[in-house]
Amino acid sequence: MTGAVSRPTETKGVACPVPAVACRGLRHRFGDHVAVDGMDLEVAQGEVFGLLGPNGAGKTTTIRVLNTLLPLQEGSVEVLGHDVRRAPMAVRRLMGYVPQQLSIEGALTGRENVTWFARLFDVPRDERRARVADALELMGLSEAADKLASTYSGGMVRRLELAQALVNRPALLVLDEPTVGLDPIARDGVWQRVEDLRDATGMTVLLTTHYMEEADVLCDRVGLMHLGRLRTVGSPRELKGHLGPDASLEDVFRRYTGVELDENSDKGGIRAIRSTRRTAGRLG
Amino acid sequence: MPSAAPAAPPAVSAEHRPAPGGGVWRRLPQRVVTFWIVELQKLSHDRTELLTRAVQPVLWLVIFGETFSKIHAIPTGHVPYLDFLAPGIIAQSGLFVAIFYGIQIIWERDAGVLTKLLVTPTPRSALILGKSFAAGIRALAQVGVVLVLSALLGVALTANPLRILGAFVVVMLGSAFFACLSMTVAGIVLKRDRLMGIGQMITMPLFFASNALYPVKVMPGWLQALSRVNPLSYEVDALRGLLIYSPAHLGRDFAVLVLAVVLGVAAASSLVARLAR
Ligand SMILES: Nc1ncnc2c1ncn2[C@@H]1O[C@H](COP(=O)(O)OP(=O)(O)O)[C@@H](O)[C@H]1O
Ligand SMILES: [Mg+2]
Repeated sequence: MTGAVSRPTETKGVACPVPAVACRGLRHRFGDHVAVDGMDLEVAQGEVFGLLGPNGAGKTTTIRVLNTLLPLQEGSVEVLGHDVRRAPMAVRRLMGYVPQQLSIEGALTGRENVTWFARLFDVPRDERRARVADALELMGLSEAADKLASTYSGGMVRRLELAQALVNRPALLVLDEPTVGLDPIARDGVWQRVEDLRDATGMTVLLTTHYMEEADVLCDRVGLMHLGRLRTVGSPRELKGHLGPDASLEDVFRRYTGVELDENSDKGGIRAIRSTRRTAGRLG
Repeated sequence: MPSAAPAAPPAVSAEHRPAPGGGVWRRLPQRVVTFWIVELQKLSHDRTELLTRAVQPVLWLVIFGETFSKIHAIPTGHVPYLDFLAPGIIAQSGLFVAIFYGIQIIWERDAGVLTKLLVTPTPRSALILGKSFAAGIRALAQVGVVLVLSALLGVALTANPLRILGAFVVVMLGSAFFACLSMTVAGIVLKRDRLMGIGQMITMPLFFASNALYPVKVMPGWLQALSRVNPLSYEVDALRGLLIYSPAHLGRDFAVLVLAVVLGVAAASSLVARLAR
C-alpha cells in the first residue's frame, strides 16, 4: 500500500509492524448480492483512515465483518494481528465501535450507559468510576451525565456513544458514519472530539463517511469505495494533488468512480452504475 | 508524542494488555451481575411499572381467589384455596414479566444497542444468560410486591427467610427460562408485533396448562400430560412447598428448572445472532 501517511507510525512510541487492520481479498455476499467484492485494505497503527463512498458502497458491511458481527465468508481479516475468525474475543477486546445508527439505552442515564460498557469490557473495578467520568468528560458530557439518555440530542447521543466506545481504551476505534443525520453544529462537535482524541492519544481510527469534508478534515488517508471495491487509497492531499491545484476530494471521487459523491447518488443507482462502466472503460 | 490523555492512553498500550484471566466460565457470573445492575437501574428510573403490573395479580387473588374459596369448587385438601392459589399467582406474575422480555431484545435490536452488545467480549451464551437473569430480577421485584400483597390479603405465607430466599431462586430460574423462551421466539420471528402476538397466544395456555389454579389430580388426562411438561408447574410446585409448606418435590423441581434454563439459554443463544444481521 503506497501513499504518504502524514503522521508516520514509527513516531508512535513502540515500533510495531503489525497493522491495525489488514483485509485481504475480503468478499461478502448477501444472497446473490455481492456487497463487498474483493477488498484489500491495510490501516497502519496510529493513523486515522477514512473509508469514503456513497450509500451502498459496502462500507458498513466491511466494518461489520471486521468487528465480528458478520461471519467472514471469503478472504482474510486481521485486527492488530488477531484473526477475526480464530480470535473474535481478542478482536472485540481491542476495538471500540460506534455503529451507523444512533444507539443508546434511553432508559438509563448517560453515566449508566457508559458504566454498563465498562463492565462488559472488564474494566477493572477500582478504575471503573474514574474511567467512566474521564470518558464522559472527554466527550463534554459531564454535566448531562446523570440525565436519562432519552433526553439527549442527536449530537449528545453520538458523543455518549463515543464515550462508551472509549471507556475500554481501545487500540482501534471504528466509527461508522459518525456524523450522518447530525446538524452542522453537532457535526462540528463530533469532529472536534475525534480530532482532540487523535492529537492527544494517537489512537488508530477507522471511520466511514460519505461526506468529503469529513474525510478531508479528519483523515490521514482515505480509501475511495464504490460498489464493493476500493478504487484508490491515499492521503487527501496526495489524491487531490494528482488532479491539479484546485481539485477537491469530490473531483477525485468522480475521477475514480465516475459518480458524484453526494446524497443524490445514493444506493449506486442505475445511472451511477452505467457511468461507472463508462469510466472503467475509459480508464482501462 | 503526548503520552497521556484523560480517557485514553497511547493506542499501543491496549495491544499488550493482558486479557482478564479465566475463560467464559469466569466471565459468566460477572456478566449476569452486570445485566442485573442495568435492569435494576432501569427499574429505579420507572418505578410505576412495578405497581401497574401488580394490579392484575391482585385481581386474580381477590376475585378468583376469594370467590373460589367461598364456593369450595376446587378441592385443595385442608389448605385454604387462597393459600393454594397465591404461589400460582406469584409464578404467573413472573411469567408475564419474562414472556414479554424477548420484546426488549427486539427493541434493543431496533435501537442498535444489541449490535453493540454483540461486539463486546461477551460470549453469546453469557449475553443470553445475563439477559434472562435480568428478566428474573425484574420478575423478582414484581413478585416481591405480589408477596406483600398476598400477606396483606391473609395468605398464610412462611416467615422463614431461608424459604423465602429459596422461593426467590425458584422465581429467578422460572422467569429466566420463560425469558429464554421469549428470546428464542424473538430470534425466530424477528419482529416486535409478531412476538407480541405469540406472547399473548402462549401465556394463557402456559398458565392454564399448569397446576397454578387447580391441583393436577382434578385435571383431565390430556391436561395432566401438558402440565407435566410445563416448567411453570414445577415452579409452582416448588413455590407451594417453600411458601405454604404443602408437600412438594423440591429436588425434582429445582433439577427441572435448571435443566430448562440450560436448554433455553442454548436455544436462544444459537438464534440471537440472527437479530444482528
Ligand atoms: N443485511 C443485508 N441483507 C441484504 N443486503 C444487504 C444487507 N446489508 C447491506 N446490504 C446490501 O449490501 C450493499 C452494501 O451495503 P452497506 O455495506 O450497508 O453500504 P454502505 O455502508 O456503504 O452504505 C448494499 O447494496 C446493501 O443494500
Ligand atoms: Mg453504511
